[in-house]
Amino acid sequence: MSDIVIKGAGVLGGKPADLAISGGVFVNPSDMAGKRKVRVLDASGLVALPGLVDLHTHLRQPGGEQAETILSGSRAAALGGFTAVHAMANTTPVADSAELVTQVWQWGVAAGYVDVRPVGAVTKGLAGEHLAPLGSMARSRPQVRVFSDDGHCVHDSALMRRALEQARGLDAVIAQHAQDPRLTEGAHMNDGALAATLGLEGWPAVAEESIIARDVLLAESVGARLHVCHVSTAGSVDVVRWAKARGIAVTAEVTPHHLLLTEDRVSSFDPLFKVNPPLRRREDTLALREAVASGVIDIIATDHAPHPSESKDCSFPEGAFGMLGLETALAVAMTTLVEPGLITVRDLARIMSTAPASIGRVGGYDTPLGLGAPAHLTLVDPTGSAGEPHGSLSRNDPYRGEELSGRVIHTFYAGTQTVDDSALVDLTERTA
Amino acid sequence: MKHLLDTKDLSREDALRLLDTAQEFSDVANRSVPKLPTLRGATMVNLFFEDSTRTRLSFEAAAKRLSADVMTFHVQGSSVSKGESLKDTAQTVEAMGADIIVMRHFASGAAHRLANSGWVEAAIINAGDGTHEHPTQALLDAATLRDRMVPEARGADVSGVHVAIVGDIAHSRVARSNVFLLNTLGARVTVVGPTELLPTGVEDWPVTTSHDLDAVIDEGPDAIMMLRVQKERIRGDFQPASGDYVRNYCLTTGRADRLPEHAIVMHPGPMNRGVEIASDVADSSRSVIVDQVRNGVAVRMAALFEVWGGGK
Repeated sequence: MSDIVIKGAGVLGGKPADLAISGGVFVNPSDMAGKRKVRVLDASGLVALPGLVDLHTHLRQPGGEQAETILSGSRAAALGGFTAVHAMANTTPVADSAELVTQVWQWGVAAGYVDVRPVGAVTKGLAGEHLAPLGSMARSRPQVRVFSDDGHCVHDSALMRRALEQARGLDAVIAQHAQDPRLTEGAHMNDGALAATLGLEGWPAVAEESIIARDVLLAESVGARLHVCHVSTAGSVDVVRWAKARGIAVTAEVTPHHLLLTEDRVSSFDPLFKVNPPLRRREDTLALREAVASGVIDIIATDHAPHPSESKDCSFPEGAFGMLGLETALAVAMTTLVEPGLITVRDLARIMSTAPASIGRVGGYDTPLGLGAPAHLTLVDPTGSAGEPHGSLSRNDPYRGEELSGRVIHTFYAGTQTVDDSALVDLTERTA
Repeated sequence: MKHLLDTKDLSREDALRLLDTAQEFSDVANRSVPKLPTLRGATMVNLFFEDSTRTRLSFEAAAKRLSADVMTFHVQGSSVSKGESLKDTAQTVEAMGADIIVMRHFASGAAHRLANSGWVEAAIINAGDGTHEHPTQALLDAATLRDRMVPEARGADVSGVHVAIVGDIAHSRVARSNVFLLNTLGARVTVVGPTELLPTGVEDWPVTTSHDLDAVIDEGPDAIMMLRVQKERIRGDFQPASGDYVRNYCLTTGRADRLPEHAIVMHPGPMNRGVEIASDVADSSRSVIVDQVRNGVAVRMAALFEVWGGGK
């Protein structure tokens, strides 16, 4: 890992300045004067952001390696400017034990592109019946701090309360996939006039909002932290706003696709636009953008959900839920939030790095680009157009043909360059 | 017209041309040799992922009257996990020579998907997809309605005709196709049913809604179309055969007698006699159910002719 000076990047969207990395941490550029073998990287015109942290990623390994592996997903993450991702537990087998979360973490270390933080399942086998061993996973080598049954809702109130109680004692958070299962049986798209016209079973907003309302009250009653995954409706924003005003320790995420895409895409009957929770109305996307700007929604999380082509080469009802996100998230955020002036680049650093790291208790992100902090760095060309995703093994990218601005040029993970001039650095060669 | 996928996006011009062509073809049935050479050399495949003997036979009859070759591919099971995917099946039948694929599928939007995916080159006719649309059914209903209500039918629409569609609107592809086509053709449509059988967002459809069949009958509609309650598609514990549904929404003899003299009774079949329609009403002189079936063949001949390039 060589010493490097990065010249002229707009630090956190501010004035051009120099950054320096030595020994995997940020150092004062003046300390590099007189040193030999210092690489100089011209970053003029680029914006310097802290390495991005995703709280919601599906890496599919073990069990779904035809869609993604921890290596391919890590590469996709690096290409998207991420240095840490939280790997969801809905693998086969499910990540519901200390052994499995440790295995996932080790695969991440071996890949080396990002910090792969395993998420532990809340219930055994994601079955929603018995709690998984949260304590063992929290005390395992990867020190799991996020637990989620994502893909399924912990819908049993007693079980959810018990999980929140346990999480409180472990300084962990329960990340809830808010979906009332009975209200969404057989559902394929947002409930409403369009679903009725297309003859597709609807997924009503209230199925999300009612679970969030219940969960914030449960979190309050036991004094625990709650995180709400992929908030998708204007009504959910209202519930979270109310809970925060009341002082409840709730955080919320929104996905890039819920900020940009609307249910109208489903008129094509192309399962590329099938996702859970579903794409909603335009009013919802606008309310979600406002909620990010006002701080009601804390973070952007990708819900990167790779699927092999056969899971999408079918009729809409038969298609799998989920879309790619890691390689386009930053561009979607810049296009929908920064460009229209809803948030600043400094806010972007907060919602895509500092805040998700804080929720997931990932160390090293609390002083972005600060001296002495681990050198997690993303250099972005704010006017460059985002390329087509190519790191992931899957191709279910919903943004084909979209004009998205914000191109990741370089990524550094703890001082190691993982992306150079928008191309992946082959870390296996480098260590060999 | 390359494909016939729905009525929602079917233009008035295309719809009228289909109806006029169907009217011409209906005379063929009365000939001593009820056959035209129009589609000689074309192969139509009935690709059915869901049972429907009547629709399949109707398309088969239509194709044969136009001298097309007919193949039938009936796919057992109702999910990818149970067998071959839509993509593979469609490519298989095309490789066997299909020029026109007539598809019935359990999934809403399956015909659109097949037509727009680039998987096959064949022309696609939607013969019913999930709870989405069933365009040839709506066209045959419109043909029947026009026959009865419009004296100089050729080239005319059904402006001003009042049609009540009664029953399970939410789960009916026939209702959707009829609502959109009848609206395009200028008819006034009232949909009638209990709240739980009217779709969410029905207020945005070009229809009037009602929960009161008796009140709608008192308005004196020109046609009343009774739909089957699709028990198999309903979630939850709604019991359509319970006394409540029959009492409020069955077209009984008493209700039928209060319809205007000229009003007709329609049903897309299959009927549940005694549930949505009384047996005596189904067999009465008002009933045009048999005409609907007869017009079905002519309308499907017109649809095949159109997608084969005859309209251009």
